[in-house]
Amino acid sequence: MNNVIELRNVVKKFGDTAAVDGIDLSVAKGDFFGLLGPNGAGKTTMFRMMTTLLKPDEGRINMNGFDMNRNRREIKKTMGMVSQHISLQSDMTAEENLELHGMLHKMDRKRRKQRIEELLEFSGLSEHRKKLAGHMSGGMKRRLMIVRALMHEPSVLFMDEPTVGLDPSGRRSIWDILKNLNRQGLTVLLTTHYIEEAEVLCNTVALMDHGKIIAQGNPEKLKQHVGAYVLETFKEGKTRYGFFPSEEEALSRAREIGGELVVRRSNLEDLFLKLTNHGVGG
Amino acid sequence: MELLPVLWNEWVFFKRRFWQITSAALIGPVLYMIAFGWGMGRGVQVEGQPYMAFLIPGIIALTTMNSSYNAVAVQLNIHRLYDRSFQEYIIAPVRVISITAGKILAGALRGMYAGTVILLISLLFGSMVRVNVWFILIMFLNSLVFSALGFYAALVVQSHTDMNRFGTFILTPMVFLCGTFFSPDSIPGAIRYIIYILPLTHTSQGLRGISTGGGVNWIHIVVPAIYFLGLFLLGLRQCCRVEA
Ligand SMILES: Nc1ncnc2c1ncn2[C@@H]1O[C@H](COP(=O)(O)OP(=O)(O)OP(=O)(O)O)[C@@H](O)[C@H]1O
Ligand SMILES: [Mg+2]
Repeated sequence: MNNVIELRNVVKKFGDTAAVDGIDLSVAKGDFFGLLGPNGAGKTTMFRMMTTLLKPDEGRINMNGFDMNRNRREIKKTMGMVSQHISLQSDMTAEENLELHGMLHKMDRKRRKQRIEELLEFSGLSEHRKKLAGHMSGGMKRRLMIVRALMHEPSVLFMDEPTVGLDPSGRRSIWDILKNLNRQGLTVLLTTHYIEEAEVLCNTVALMDHGKIIAQGNPEKLKQHVGAYVLETFKEGKTRYGFFPSEEEALSRAREIGGELVVRRSNLEDLFLKLTNHGVGG
Repeated sequence: MELLPVLWNEWVFFKRRFWQITSAALIGPVLYMIAFGWGMGRGVQVEGQPYMAFLIPGIIALTTMNSSYNAVAVQLNIHRLYDRSFQEYIIAPVRVISITAGKILAGALRGMYAGTVILLISLLFGSMVRVNVWFILIMFLNSLVFSALGFYAALVVQSHTDMNRFGTFILTPMVFLCGTFFSPDSIPGAIRYIIYILPLTHTSQGLRGISTGGGVNWIHIVVPAIYFLGLFLLGLRQCCRVEA
């Protein structure tokens, strides 16, 4: 079996609304997988179920061959999680937060010390090792969250909006960290609202809306599927988008209509907007 | 030893906040000793002994109660609802019973710390408390009871405000009524029976009995022990259910 994660018909309801509504999903070993979707689509709920924090109402989740209902502890050992909200202990230092994580994962003292050094170095937090997490800047907290999740050397890493609130250089430095980890064989799943992030990092993306996955695949292929080129026209105070398989076709249509318009390559954002139909007419 | 990380976590916090923790634990009890022991109780005899000698065991009982309850409840409430770091525990491959036992033990040790400091301070007030193994055991049992209560409460409440309300409505009445400042026997009828059901009453009476040389009454060990078991199980069940 080459899939690290398999979900079968997973459902999670909060009251009457199904936050996750019957999802089937497989993630291949070594993949860099992006889960995209509008606010409230159910991404965080999906991640919380896959990381044992929330029990599904229906369906099965399997990770590394372990069943979520029966082998939660085995699953916890091999997975790391960076949650959407900062979850550092604010009255402990960077070092102590990592130490606690290592102890909770039963790493021996020597290995912990060694790993803390590596990770502080890797994340550029070495000088801030004695700083209380509560006194760190947002970007430092994010980096600490990521390396903390890596402390016990998981084989799967979940990251729920890992770069939210970071400046462009901070975001890029996290991208590099993630790319390196993925090259070394780590399977990464992330959610993001930054389409560029998904395009740069992910080999596979899934689009989620109203608790369902509405499209899934390689970003390039998905874009080709809706149309590699976009014709954007601005008329009567509203932007309209038309999708075309090639630049020529887009341009010839553009010449027909005339007026205020742009022809460009399509991106995941177009795909996203087209499929979720949030405020965009085809 | 899965308890170790939990205890280490609390130890780091304790070292960092040593003075705050110590002064916060002292202020109430010392004020009670001054106001009630020196101020109102000077020259007063209760149950055939100076009021100060009557008072100190009660103060030890309420100090261990407050300190162990607060140590767990406040911390855990913050870690669950404010900085969300409790998720670290929930997501780690650690048994829920280890988290429960670790947090409750750590809280009880904080209660013992405060109780011991007050015991030492009471010497300055000229108290003649007799301390033996049973005295220490009852102190510890009381710390465990209220540490477990704090653990349960912090996992049940949904906000900081509720947490404060819990303390006000459950702990404050016990501070005053459970044989700490006066004998519950002086209270009439039904209320007295209620007071005798509460665990703190047994702690203060148990401690007082030993302190005045009267020996150990088993009921004062059995009742708190039952409370502890019940609250531990409730806390354990709640910890299994909690979603981070
Ligand atoms: N604990 C909860 N109780 C009740 N409803 C919840 C709870 N958690 C999530 N929901 C609901 O489930 C739906 C999906 O929420 P979720 O957090 O998974 O969305 P999301 O895709 O992560 O959104 P965002 O991009 O804003 O983070 C929302 O309608 C949300 O209100
Ligand atoms: Mg989310």
